[in-house]
Amino acid sequence: MKKEFKVIAELLSDNTRVLDVGCGDGSLMDLLKKEKNIEVRGLELNQENVQQCIHKGLPVIQGNAETELHQFPDQSFDYVVLSQTLQAFYEPEKVLRDLLKIGKSVVISIPNFGFWKVRTKLLFFGKMPVTKTLPNTWYNTPNLHMCTIKDLFNFCDEKKINIKKVIGVNEDKTSLITKNNLEIKNLFSKLGIFLIG
Amino acid sequence: MPSLAGLFFWMNIKLENIKKLDVIKPLKLDCGKTISGFPLAYETYGKLNENKDNAILVFHALTGDQFVTGINPITKKEGWWVTAVGPGKSIDTNKYFVICANVIGGCMGSLGPKNINPETKTPYGLDFPVITIKDMIRAQESLLEHLGIKKLLCATGGSMGGMQLLQFCATFPDKTFSAVPIACSSSHSAQNIALNELARQAIMADPVWDNGKYVLKNVQPKNGLAVARMVGHISYLSEKGMQEKFGRKLQEKADYEFSFNADFQVESYLRHQGYAFTERFDANSILYITRAMDYFDLSKQFKGGLIEAFKNQKTKFLIISFSSDWLYTTKENKDIVIALNASGADVSYSEIITDKGHDSFLLDEPDFLKTLKSFIDSMYEKFKNEKRI
Repeated sequence: MKKEFKVIAELLSDNTRVLDVGCGDGSLMDLLKKEKNIEVRGLELNQENVQQCIHKGLPVIQGNAETELHQFPDQSFDYVVLSQTLQAFYEPEKVLRDLLKIGKSVVISIPNFGFWKVRTKLLFFGKMPVTKTLPNTWYNTPNLHMCTIKDLFNFCDEKKINIKKVIGVNEDKTSLITKNNLEIKNLFSKLGIFLIG
Repeated sequence: MPSLAGLFFWMNIKLENIKKLDVIKPLKLDCGKTISGFPLAYETYGKLNENKDNAILVFHALTGDQFVTGINPITKKEGWWVTAVGPGKSIDTNKYFVICANVIGGCMGSLGPKNINPETKTPYGLDFPVITIKDMIRAQESLLEHLGIKKLLCATGGSMGGMQLLQFCATFPDKTFSAVPIACSSSHSAQNIALNELARQAIMADPVWDNGKYVLKNVQPKNGLAVARMVGHISYLSEKGMQEKFGRKLQEKADYEFSFNADFQVESYLRHQGYAFTERFDANSILYITRAMDYFDLSKQFKGGLIEAFKNQKTKFLIISFSSDWLYTTKENKDIVIALNASGADVSYSEIITDKGHDSFLLDEPDFLKTLKSFIDSMYEKFKNEKRI
């Protein structure tokens, strides 16, 4: 989803240092580097993706975010970005803590399980929802800890993690999410993007 | 087969026809001694362009030499890195100017223990000073000066070549735009030292070795040197790779011979590799070079540790390790990545999944070769742009 990357890029200040955790083929890193003069680093598990990044001249480290974030020094990045992967970790809370340790701020995007289409699929068909943002079926999904925007919002509150900004994304539309409009935005956003730390 | 003495004679004759730089500038070695006016043998491939921004320095491993690709004029065999270097290869000699020098302490034309000691007018043998990885790379810096290269596009090397490269970057933080250390370590582990000691003891236990004085008699401690090489060959393969290649297969026989001949294919392989090696390598060189590897410890050199070693690093790194390499493990390679990260350097890392062990960097490993090519080509674009600005 290109829109997601644009929103993330807008959240970040120019000329900063950013770690993209699970950077895929480096599309976001490329965008941040070219448009915001950001010094980027990537962490990626998949060999083919690592090769893609190297091919594009983007610095990338092959490794597993679940176990290898400790290799980066504390507070060594202005931002750490985690795009649509939090739900795939065995221990999302531990990963989140690690991210907050190495980054001054953390940007997390999640596919929103509270989106109305997801809810209705489960309600009317009684089956685990398969949508554009959640394309896998229950038995082959990498997503172990699905959550909603509201879940992550409450989680940050409970764990005393400072929420700086939350943006809901639905196709090309974006909107600011606050405590006041959380219920409705949780219903109409496909994706939630959190700036925390 | 020619006699060994004859072979050595032949090698010495041939060695006079290879490219050599006479390094005039005195080089003070880590051991305290100084060498000057010494030969540094080297080879180059491809052409240095007008801007001098396409030079790649390759550091060779323990038993390598300057003949990276093409046909080695001395052994008449293919160069040791023909899989990665050559026209159209990952390190494309149609595009890049590739340089490789024989390390000092070696035996392919650079100053080594079989050279004549000017003080005694006889071959050095064990009078040759103990050298270090740092001495090796400082000697090679003279070559860059000689070739008029201020800054390399890239430097690379596997195994001991990777160690030389790490040392090169730590000693000269701005001499190369990019660096690809492959399957190496920032210091030799106890296991690495133990294996090298095994190799040295094998040579020293051969009566022909005679405290290194065999050079005076123009002979070679073949048996000891062959065993030393066998130790190496075992460490270059993975357990799985070895099992798949040899298993319990017998060597051209239907059943056990009930003797100590090479019944198993793996025995035959080791014997062949061991003895073939004695025809191209000097036993004392193995002692000196393995010693240099054992002494290598970047953290020790830079008192603040490895992070300190990479401080102010401008070079862009790509570290590559191989999953089944137990000689220089992924963990050891990752420690380098962590230190580079901590020092704020620009570093990439890739672990290639393979069963081929430490040897992988010399073999046709498509993922490895592709990654190497991608990195070097993208660095060339960046380096050109940087130079333009």
